[in-house]
Amino acid sequence: MSSTTTTATSRPALGAMQARSGAALNEAKVAIRNLDFFYADNKALKGIRLDIPDRQVTGMIGPSGCGKSTLLRVLNRMYSLYPGQRATGEVLLDGQNIISDDMDLNELRSKVGMVFQKPTPFPMTIYENIAFGVRLHEQLSKAQMDERVEWALTRAALWTEAKDRLNSSAMGMSGGQQQRLCIARTIAVRPEVILFDEPTSALDPISTLKIEELIDELKRDFTLVIVTHNMQQAARCADQVAFFYLGELIEVAPALEMFTAPKHAKTQEYITGRFG
Amino acid sequence: MEQMAKHTVRSYAEELRRLRDMIARMGGLAERQVNDAVASLLRRDTDLATEVVGRDAAIDALEREVEQFCIQILALRQPVGQDLRLIIACLKISHGLERIGDYARNAAKRSIVLSQQPAIGSLNGFNRMAKLVQENLKGAIDALVNDDVARADEVWAADEPVDQVYNGIFREMLTFMMEDPRNITAATHLLFVAKNLERIGDHATNIAETVHYALRGDNLPDERPKGDSSAYAVVRPPLDQLGG
Repeated sequence: MSSTTTTATSRPALGAMQARSGAALNEAKVAIRNLDFFYADNKALKGIRLDIPDRQVTGMIGPSGCGKSTLLRVLNRMYSLYPGQRATGEVLLDGQNIISDDMDLNELRSKVGMVFQKPTPFPMTIYENIAFGVRLHEQLSKAQMDERVEWALTRAALWTEAKDRLNSSAMGMSGGQQQRLCIARTIAVRPEVILFDEPTSALDPISTLKIEELIDELKRDFTLVIVTHNMQQAARCADQVAFFYLGELIEVAPALEMFTAPKHAKTQEYITGRFG
Repeated sequence: MEQMAKHTVRSYAEELRRLRDMIARMGGLAERQVNDAVASLLRRDTDLATEVVGRDAAIDALEREVEQFCIQILALRQPVGQDLRLIIACLKISHGLERIGDYARNAAKRSIVLSQQPAIGSLNGFNRMAKLVQENLKGAIDALVNDDVARADEVWAADEPVDQVYNGIFREMLTFMMEDPRNITAATHLLFVAKNLERIGDHATNIAETVHYALRGDNLPDERPKGDSSAYAVVRPPLDQLGG
């Protein structure tokens, strides 16, 4: 629970819009320009232009089939695994177009990590769940690897719960712990951007809050993008919120503006529960 | 404001409708209080004045009801966007209407005292002021009930004539007091009645401002047309009383 205070001298400006922290949005880490995406002949994203601010949280909302998960899949080129799916336009990660053919996908995926809806631990020990991914990218000594595992588990707020059972199977953990393990696994390779696809929809309320607290913590070092069906979650976590509908980006605004005075009628209808 | 689609959850839409109805009822009550308080003054009708004083409790009760209901909706529906703005606006408006009720009650109390005093001057200014503030009050509440942002903006900009009448009354009363000290009791009470009406007018403009925010999501500018200069007014005694 966060609290806000207004100084006695300032006029309480109900309409004054600012980003979550009161500061403006940061410079773009990822700049998306004229992005179209196709599932075979079906155009799933249309002319998307969106800046994803560095080390802040961008929430993507919209009804099922609106394109928000598709956009997430573009950001780490997951679609490249499927023939017939293609993207045109530009997705510039620090200025480099990641959807061009000469992009090295291994390099991209070490920079852009992803956490899925359902916790997906590997059927290995807790330690190996984290070390496995790190070994794909780096050659570390045992001591270095121990240190990396501890660092990742600590950043994922799991160290105190996991440190005495590093060699037990990850499958024995609770759902919330498994999801935090997946986050630890993602940050262990030290990415720059982390994508969350409905990260708490399979979790209970307390585990959900722990993940949200973690997201708040992680944005100091990582650029975060979260797709969520839970609008209150977007309101709680995001600095910037983007609303998608039928493959188009209808509106993007700082979270406070989005949830007090959105500009487009479609956005208003969606967030206030007046859809269709 | 553009026509919005209906809420998917019908009971939620009904709650918001009920909230507006409560404000409309409260606004109607406040209007009537203002009207009757001034009528009791003009007609020296102490029975009506006593009624006005007695009816204020109903407005206070409605304010508490609105507040409870707003808290309930906020807690149970987690409103956002225009719904959130409407609820916050209703909370503020109910508080403004409660204050208006208090001013009307105070004016009615003074009209009871005034009915025991000799009449001074004509009370046309009071009649005029009461009409103006009632009209503004009605306009502000109608704007909320009918989603009519233009009406709200009109009220917001229409406080100046009220202030002008108030300034006139202020000078007139000072003059009466200087003419004959026996006028002081009545003139002082009348000054307070005028001040009450002027404050009611200000609350009506505040309500209009709040309605504008609820409907549009942006704020009107800080400065609005103002005509109250009584804070700086000095009236000189007539020359023949200066003794020289």
